[in-house]
Amino acid sequence: MSDNLTGSLIIKAVKESGIKTVLTVPDKTTAEGLLRPISADADLRQVSTCKEDETIGISAALSYSGHRSLILIQYTGLLYSMNAIRAVAVDYQSPICLMVGLLGKEPGVFPTQSKRNGVRIIEPILDVMGIAHHVIETDDDIEKITPAINNAYETSSPVAMLIGRPPLAS
Amino acid sequence: MIKRDECLKSLASRIAEEEIVVAAYTTAFEWIAIRPSPLNFISSGAMGLTSSHALGFALAWPDRRIILLDGDGSLLMNLGCLVTNANTAPKNLVHFVFENGTYEANGGHPIPGRDSVDFSGMAHSAGYKNCHEISDIKNFEESLGSVLQAEGPTFVTLKCETGENYPQDYRYMHSAKIREEFAEAVKNF
Repeated sequence: MSDNLTGSLIIKAVKESGIKTVLTVPDKTTAEGLLRPISADADLRQVSTCKEDETIGISAALSYSGHRSLILIQYTGLLYSMNAIRAVAVDYQSPICLMVGLLGKEPGVFPTQSKRNGVRIIEPILDVMGIAHHVIETDDDIEKITPAINNAYETSSPVAMLIGRPPLAS
Repeated sequence: MIKRDECLKSLASRIAEEEIVVAAYTTAFEWIAIRPSPLNFISSGAMGLTSSHALGFALAWPDRRIILLDGDGSLLMNLGCLVTNANTAPKNLVHFVFENGTYEANGGHPIPGRDSVDFSGMAHSAGYKNCHEISDIKNFEESLGSVLQAEGPTFVTLKCETGENYPQDYRYMHSAKIREEFAEAVKNF
């Protein structure tokens, strides 16, 4: 079992799922391993937003054209955006794909057992909202990404991929 | 001061049948009565996201003009969108804000900054390419052609008051049907 999480492999999996646009608010956990290479990737359009709930509206609108997008944010931004996610992603059944950095989660510790309250409550909140979620902690978890995104678009439902440690930048 | 429904009627007479119009709350109810079309996208459930939905459509279909009918209360709930939209710079986005100084859908209470907030000034500072403020119907009708033709993003504050009363069917606004009709209408875009 790997103890690494490689950013380039995550990006490869994201691309394999047909994602063309990445909607972002910077997150310290994913800033170097994901956001920086994504912002320099000619095959992906990055749209910087001021606040995370904007990404929910933009992503939902893009989906009407068949255009797939990924939202890359921090768990604090996920919490901030709860009403937008509730309305647009859950109630209105939109294919919203969230990649969420769990800033400060201890490596090898389940999110629900983190000492950080903000991290600890994420999965229970997603469960209550009926949002599928996957922890991406090591390279072994990356194989979950493409099927998760494909399923979100095929079933028009949201999914959250929780990044459990800072991905390596190469 | 412009009667909002007069303004919407004028706008409806100047746009094509196949244009996408994104509208929020009370303005949306008036708009769908004045210009019924499956290409009306009604943004509801998360106040403030109207402008973000419109940006998504503008990015999805860069060769189609996207008309956004925003409210002042709605815009205040998502002011950062001005910077996001201007930074993304969709040439096809026309962002109208109906400024009546109230949270009309929530009891008509005054917005913070009523009579002092300069929405077009903020849009200009954020980087919108064209910014206007219009407060009478004659000026609106004279300006509309150039507003709609200009390369965007364009922002127009419309100083308005309520005109006639229109039906407000919230059940329809929140229904899956309205979004399914929109999805079907844009399927071949």
